[in-house]
Amino acid sequence: MKEFRILSPTAILGYGFPAASFEEGMRRKPHAIAVDAGSTDPGPYYLGSGKSFTDRGAVKRDLEFMLTAAVAEGIPLIIGSAGGAGANSHLDWNVDIIREIAAEKKLSFKAAVISSQLAHDVVLKSFNAGDVKELHPAPMPTAKHIEDSTNIVAQMSEKPFIDALDAGAQVIIAGRSYDPVVFAAPAIRAGFDAGLALHMGKILECAAIAAFPGSGSDCMLGILREDCFELNTLNPARKCTVTSVAAHTLYEKSDPTSLPGPGGALDLRQTTFEQAGDGVIVRGSKFVADEGLGFVKLEAARLVGRRTLSIAATIDPIMIAQLGKVISAVKERVNANFENLRDFYLDFKTYGAGNGASFYDGDTCCPPSEIAIIIEAVADTRELADTICSFARSTLLHYGYEDRKSTAGNLAFPFSPSDFAGGDVYEFSLYCLMKAEADMFPIKYVDCKEGVWNG
Amino acid sequence: MVKYFDLFDMADVIRSKNAGPYEFTFDIIFKDADHFEEFAKADIMTPAVFAKLYNIPETDIISVIYFAPAKAVKITIIRPMASGDLGEKDIYGAQQHAPLLDFEYTL
Repeated sequence: MKEFRILSPTAILGYGFPAASFEEGMRRKPHAIAVDAGSTDPGPYYLGSGKSFTDRGAVKRDLEFMLTAAVAEGIPLIIGSAGGAGANSHLDWNVDIIREIAAEKKLSFKAAVISSQLAHDVVLKSFNAGDVKELHPAPMPTAKHIEDSTNIVAQMSEKPFIDALDAGAQVIIAGRSYDPVVFAAPAIRAGFDAGLALHMGKILECAAIAAFPGSGSDCMLGILREDCFELNTLNPARKCTVTSVAAHTLYEKSDPTSLPGPGGALDLRQTTFEQAGDGVIVRGSKFVADEGLGFVKLEAARLVGRRTLSIAATIDPIMIAQLGKVISAVKERVNANFENLRDFYLDFKTYGAGNGASFYDGDTCCPPSEIAIIIEAVADTRELADTICSFARSTLLHYGYEDRKSTAGNLAFPFSPSDFAGGDVYEFSLYCLMKAEADMFPIKYVDCKEGVWNG
Repeated sequence: MVKYFDLFDMADVIRSKNAGPYEFTFDIIFKDADHFEEFAKADIMTPAVFAKLYNIPETDIISVIYFAPAKAVKITIIRPMASGDLGEKDIYGAQQHAPLLDFEYTL
């Protein structure tokens, strides 16, 4: 029977995997190794700043296994959403790691580097032509949102990957990619059904998170056949169950029956899951293609300011009983003292009373015995954020609340210095659709010979 | 005869997560397929029920979907703010499931 096997070593490049699982995966003779390296989940900072949210040393460790094995076996290694968010600086960061490994191990291969970053004027032109669409519930952007954005990326479909494979690329490092396509692209190119290939990619992109027990740091093997696909774990401590795989189809998506992506939507209404030993066989997933080029999703972030934090705690029951009132009074005091500098954000995050982490679970059964307080100041400059945070901290430390007995100080600080730079603060500025254009994702080819990078 | 159930006891998985930076999505995966069928047939988890449990307007609910292959109910809502906006409490949205842990229902 015709098969296409894809090894997914880890949920996110840099999250790691046991060497034994990877070796078992290679023993199954995969036709490709693919990995999703990114997500919007860690928030807007990484896309906005152009920095990676995974660690360089951890990414290099994972890539050493994958690159060496792919080159030795003559199979493709495909990396999507490189560097976490897929902007050009992320791509360069990831390419640099590949170059380093290639040089150290004197590897030879042809590489393709696919950019997903869009120039501001390209997006503005599309916006002015009415070709940018709202993606509810994200707000419809304005021209200012586009202008203020630092990095703008578009999510690519499997097509640029197929082009790169057609051109003979063995190693593909791509910018922002729709998560499943790094897995689906080589299989679709080999003639397998797009619906099954994309659904398999959707599950493989999180590797062993779809197994039981789940893990973001272990390998999975996907086996695509003509009318189904099968998922296998590569670690005897895990197996795939109908529940673990079907549940993963739900993961991080709004609707499990229709998953829209670039170029069309995955229709899972007829999908069935069947246990087969320690694996699971999936059938019936269909891809419904958009007409024409369709739309691509845009993502971007913009700078809001700089953040300073102070971390402290209180154990005093008298203070805890009136903490909300105390914090309001401290805020008023800070505002009054810096009346001429009102353009800052000051927040007190309190943990232990039931509403620190949850937006919805505000009540608590009994008074907590201690509460952690994080003071957060955000302002245009680091200096102002430092000033506001420091002043709020000293005001709260010595604030004379009602019936106070503990008059030497209201807070316990675990650290000296008590205040920390939180760095640049970004917010998402674009999350919308844009009419796809030809050549949105330019491909650069490089020949690497014995570790020497030509290009 | 009315039977009372705690979701905590009947579900294997009760979780929340971002579905992109502008939505929270909640998954309830039941232990037992027959119980899931009963729960789904009785349409226990409606937008109105979830809105009341979370103390949010019903207009914030994007969808409530029963997904039999996973014995699951999925609820997706508008995030109170975009992920990472000032005032954020949970960037990944992975700790917003507490009200569901206390959910009780009758069949």
